[in-house]
Amino acid sequence: MKPKDLPEGELRPVFNESGIEIKPLYTTGDLAASGGEAMIGLPGQYPFTRGIHPLMYRKQPWTMRQYTGFGNAADTNERFQYLIANGQTGLNVAFDLPTQCGMDSDDPQAEGEVGRVGMAVDTLRDFEVAFEGVDLERITVSLTINGTAAILIAMYLAMAEKRGYDLRKLRGTAQNDILKEFIGRGTWIHPVAPSVRLVGDTIEYCTKVAPKYSPVSVCGYHIRESGADPAEEMAYAICIAKAYADDVIRRGLPVDEFAGRLSFNFNIFGNLFEQVAKFRAGRSLWAKVVKEQYGATNPGSMWMRMIAGGGGGGLTFEQPEINIVRGAYYALISALSGAQTMALCCFDEAYTIPSEYAQRVSLRTMQLLIEEIGLTDTVDPLGGAYYVETLTNQMRSRMEAIMAEVDAQGGIVNLVAEGAIQAKVSARAYKRQRDIDAGVFRKVGVNCYRTEDKTSEMEFHPYDEDDARAQVQALDCVRAERDGARVRAALAGVEEGARAGANVMPAIMQAVKAYASVGEITRALVAVFGRYIEPVRF
Amino acid sequence: MTAAKRIKVVVAKPGLDGHDQGAKVVVRALMDAGFEVVYTGLRQTPEAIARISLDEDADVIALSSMAGAHLPFCRTLRPLLEREGLADKLWIIGGNLPTEDHAELLALGFRGIFPSSSRLEHIVNFIRENSP
Repeated sequence: MKPKDLPEGELRPVFNESGIEIKPLYTTGDLAASGGEAMIGLPGQYPFTRGIHPLMYRKQPWTMRQYTGFGNAADTNERFQYLIANGQTGLNVAFDLPTQCGMDSDDPQAEGEVGRVGMAVDTLRDFEVAFEGVDLERITVSLTINGTAAILIAMYLAMAEKRGYDLRKLRGTAQNDILKEFIGRGTWIHPVAPSVRLVGDTIEYCTKVAPKYSPVSVCGYHIRESGADPAEEMAYAICIAKAYADDVIRRGLPVDEFAGRLSFNFNIFGNLFEQVAKFRAGRSLWAKVVKEQYGATNPGSMWMRMIAGGGGGGLTFEQPEINIVRGAYYALISALSGAQTMALCCFDEAYTIPSEYAQRVSLRTMQLLIEEIGLTDTVDPLGGAYYVETLTNQMRSRMEAIMAEVDAQGGIVNLVAEGAIQAKVSARAYKRQRDIDAGVFRKVGVNCYRTEDKTSEMEFHPYDEDDARAQVQALDCVRAERDGARVRAALAGVEEGARAGANVMPAIMQAVKAYASVGEITRALVAVFGRYIEPVRF
Repeated sequence: MTAAKRIKVVVAKPGLDGHDQGAKVVVRALMDAGFEVVYTGLRQTPEAIARISLDEDADVIALSSMAGAHLPFCRTLRPLLEREGLADKLWIIGGNLPTEDHAELLALGFRGIFPSSSRLEHIVNFIRENSP
């Protein structure tokens, strides 16, 4: 309804994307009606609504970790060095699709895809080259890998060990959230049940061998990109985190031994206050779940540590330069939300792999908030605002309702296996697209304030087919040099471990150290676990 | 095509690209427009897309590509579609398709090109007007 159609004196009703009606004014009465101040507390104290640390950015600003990787390991190493030289404090590695789907660079299905959207990895040799000269104690590395996460975590640990790092002190993160891959992103390999088991294997193994390493980063991010609203993004992510926790607890691991190393990855686009409330609500909800449902006693187990930013779904193909401004608002939201790590999609990302220039603009956007805009001076600066606190309570209630619905319908693992969550979020994506096309859901430059000016020049990331050929040659060299008998024995060990129901990580470590390839190890697992068949449901 | 027969569209996700939000949105729009739609799911090889299109007796073969491998994929797909006798069907493609690639896609036989930000009704209308 347009304002002019309303009777005089009446305001157009406003709802946020999560379906909560927004009033023109909030007072203490609204806060009381939404549940009051019971869940606010103090930063660094349960339920952590205001932040997981008492001093937050006053003590240490967020980590800045732009998503990067392309071509081969040497190309990627060069971009890493560029970002570190420009003040980036962590690395977030992108892998090409064959690596993500468990195929070697010489697989027929990898044709045209090697090194295209990320770095190609075949063997441990690629990891050795990619991280050469990177101080793994100072720069923490996040691996954006899921279907083959067990293999790439093993490669990372083996590489660090070879360089003399103590695995018991090694920090870093792997995305390793396979359940969300079935909902969005799509780099699954095995059916749902063995896929969840593999995530459990990595958590259990890292807890014992590399206890400071974060083996999982549960992603609401891609569920939101696939169409979910912000409350669903958070609620489904918590359901998924619980599914992994349940798997590990069934193995007898106490919650306080691993929950502190689970981390999260969330999206930021849309309404500022809705996002801030989403994070504050989600943080307290996760703390409550871990404490009350799992009986954790260590406060660190209850922390929702998160990377928040990105915002790919909010950026537009039209007028790409205004994506710089959107990115700045998303970074502001992330800072107001108490994220531990920030990454921004770049203004050219609707077109291409970001240029160095675009990456630097994103990095400077985050640095501005620290150096000029005052976002690190005080903790949770929006805390106590009637609107923000009321909305935080309302978003938490909505998330709890979504989680209860998931449980009533058989749990997140079953709903994902049936394709039910996928159908639900894609229906939402369709509705949003119809609303955008109809001009009801406003996007600047898309359905309002359009301009027919020529789009600014984009620097397209070149795809180098010679790089792909060089990658295949390098793989051939590794295959020729390695000890074939040792590789065969290690791969047999992987298959045997998978079949016996043992934790397969020690066997994968042996295989990786023998320079077995991603494709070879994946095939050994597929021989036991099989391949996922996508349920098509609308 | 007789008036009674509904237009049948195969919507396919070529290669390893896992971004299916857009493809699924288009599937729903085509279904709402009254077309019969077969969605292949992710990770289809060129051979699989040619086979499904033949088996389903598709009028329209629609690809969705977001991860940049559209040109090498379409170069491989074209002779397979031709071999299966599907050259007279309507081939279209949508997704992250840089402008400089459009000429080659057209030359390869993809008559409708719908880059990111295309409106759903444009896709629907194009199919209605051009389906064999």
